[in-house]
Amino acid sequence: MKRLASLLKQPWLWAWGGALAVWLATAAYTQGQGSGQVLSAALTFGAFFVIVALGQMFVITLGPGNVDLSIPACMTLAGTVSMKAMEGSGAMLPIGLLLALAVGLVVGGVNYTLIRLLRIPPIIATLSSSFIFQSAAIWWNRGLRVKPPTALADFATAKVAGIPVIAIAVILLAACGHVLLTRTVYGRSVVAIGQNMRAAHLAGIKVERVRAATYMMCATLAGLCGFLLAGFSGGAALNMGEEYLLSSIAVVVIGGTSVAGGFANVPGLWGAALFLFLLVTMLNTMGAGAGLRMVLTGLIIIGVIVAASGGKRRT
Amino acid sequence: MSVTSGPIVRLDGVEKSFGAVRALASVSLDLMPGECFGLVGHNGAGKSTLMNVLSGNLMPDSGQILIGGEDVTAGYTPQTAMRHGVRCVYQELSLCPNLTVAENARISHPAVSGIGWRRAARALIGGKLDEVFPGHGISTDDVVGDLSIASRQMVEISRAFAVTDVAARVVILDEPTSSLDAVAAEKLLKHVRRYVSEGGTVVLISHLLGEILDTSDRIAVMRDGGIVALDEASGFNRNSLVAAMGSVAEGAAQEAAEQAVIRATAPVVVSAKPAAPESLTLAAHKGEVVGLAGLAGQGQTELLVKVFDHAAGTKVSGAVSLVAGDRQTDGVFPLWSIAENISIGSLRQFLDGFLLNHARAHAFAEEWRRQIGIRTPDVAEPILSLSGGNQQKALFARALGAPAEIIVMDDPMRGVDVGTKQEVYGMIREQASRGRTFLWYTTEMDELRNCDHVYVFREGAIVADLAHSEMTEERVLHASFRADA
Repeated sequence: MKRLASLLKQPWLWAWGGALAVWLATAAYTQGQGSGQVLSAALTFGAFFVIVALGQMFVITLGPGNVDLSIPACMTLAGTVSMKAMEGSGAMLPIGLLLALAVGLVVGGVNYTLIRLLRIPPIIATLSSSFIFQSAAIWWNRGLRVKPPTALADFATAKVAGIPVIAIAVILLAACGHVLLTRTVYGRSVVAIGQNMRAAHLAGIKVERVRAATYMMCATLAGLCGFLLAGFSGGAALNMGEEYLLSSIAVVVIGGTSVAGGFANVPGLWGAALFLFLLVTMLNTMGAGAGLRMVLTGLIIIGVIVAASGGKRRT
Repeated sequence: MSVTSGPIVRLDGVEKSFGAVRALASVSLDLMPGECFGLVGHNGAGKSTLMNVLSGNLMPDSGQILIGGEDVTAGYTPQTAMRHGVRCVYQELSLCPNLTVAENARISHPAVSGIGWRRAARALIGGKLDEVFPGHGISTDDVVGDLSIASRQMVEISRAFAVTDVAARVVILDEPTSSLDAVAAEKLLKHVRRYVSEGGTVVLISHLLGEILDTSDRIAVMRDGGIVALDEASGFNRNSLVAAMGSVAEGAAQEAAEQAVIRATAPVVVSAKPAAPESLTLAAHKGEVVGLAGLAGQGQTELLVKVFDHAAGTKVSGAVSLVAGDRQTDGVFPLWSIAENISIGSLRQFLDGFLLNHARAHAFAEEWRRQIGIRTPDVAEPILSLSGGNQQKALFARALGAPAEIIVMDDPMRGVDVGTKQEVYGMIREQASRGRTFLWYTTEMDELRNCDHVYVFREGAIVADLAHSEMTEERVLHASFRADA
């Protein structure tokens, strides 16, 4: 009984419950037809959401005002630079991956430098830097779509026993993120800073070092996501990151992480990513028009957030 | 104000529990018009809970609240309390840090409105500040977040005494002097007497037994959620109060006979000079307890933070940990448990390879709960379930448990009761004898007597350097004020 009560208090429960409900509703509507494929697609697209949301979660947990809006631009730049460097050659794959990660690391470093040295609020710093990175991607790419190496495309679309390989890889990545958040000095520091930055400093936490690492990790994950997404979708496109701006934040918040910082959880990310994808699929299946679909998506997200907070949301 | 002969406030059989913890066990109490009512007791004895019930912040589980003979128990809220003239100055300050002093005054006085409200609010709060704390040095246009904790406390107190449409009939002061220095505290207590003589009622909660005995007409002692003694103030003395609270009588402050020896032989571990010109330099030798004295907000906290940061202008050999005094802003992580709040200061001790061992961190916190006497059934409870003084103990545990050779303390005894203070003094002494060095900022004379060496601050500079044998209250006060002022 007590175990059940503590389970009901888990912040990620609502996202998972929502995902399950939406999937069942879709399956009921189609009388079970194709619900296996829907789940498989949800796992693949959810995996991409989770990669960026993992970084965004650590950034948001740093406390009020912390958010990374440069994720789409970073994904595009990393995808573009790495695809162009590899030029479709499988032998260059490791170098392409390293390049994508390096682009992310640099983007994160630039973001943090703007925030720290020029004392620009993170929301403005990452928004303005994203224009620069997006322009860099346009200049680098010149509108061409370079095909990814076959090996990369195969990996991004491969399945084992019906489960996308990329989903398995990202589940492992999320598990690492969970351990990082709950069982390391770094993770505890992020959560402490999000609750009270001054108290964290006075408790002996190296606040600025942790913030720098967090912004760099977030951008590096965005770089990784850009690399994999370019492989999955047949090349880097200039608008490939577009929908990841709002969904990275939505996934974090629906997953039960506090927008005000200082409280986070990883399992909720997966639940929320599946929920978001399945929700759009359900509305598509039921034949809702684009306008209605967006209104319902917005309303349902609000509903889940209110339910998950149990009426005692921190402001 | 209508003068009634009966009690202005009557609490009848008020009970309140938080989960398994019974905070108030059937408390009955009458407050008369024109009296100062003193309330003392250990941390967690139920003083703040009782006052939160009276001011409408907590619904009692059972019992009645009568104000001026009228039963107001049903649907009693802070707004109803305000309408009946009940005001409360909380231990945890309730000002909005992003607003100015005048704007904060407007918040609790909605009658200040319309065109020119800003001017009216300035006049309201400015006038009260001048009346209660003459020479306070606060501008009504100062943003509250920029003020020292002492100044914020003065604003909060003046706001509670200010009168617009509803007369202030009962003012509750919860630890009002713990953040004030001796001079400001005296001004406040004088004002309390003046206000009471005009027919007002004050409930004064304090751990400083001297001020309770001098200021109150009647005194109640609380223990374990109940009132265990209630009498005219003249019927109590220091020892009988302490005995009623249920702790051992205060011993004389420990003599630090070996202090001259430490100064002569031990190496200097901290040397720091405030930025102000013409300041003396603070030096702390290994194993010393060094006091930072003076009025509140004269640069003591700033110097402690500089030492903590190993900032330019300081020479610090060894790791430093800090005990925050302003626990809301500087100390507590509000979403965490007591155990997490304690162990955050020494996380690296609990690493197995790269990973933290939560069981070990929990055991560590549990050990400190026992040692420092934090009143809670379980350290896994949230930190905010503790009373203010017990939160402060958790911050002590965090700093003392950390692997630091130097510990700086920023007026750390705010809201800590007499018995615990004696235990903590003992702990500090014992740790100092094992080679830890303490820098201790305090505004209380009794605490300076525990120091081997005292530096007096004034306007950001160190103006006096007193060895334990030379230190008297008179000399500290003398140095705290400018000769020409």
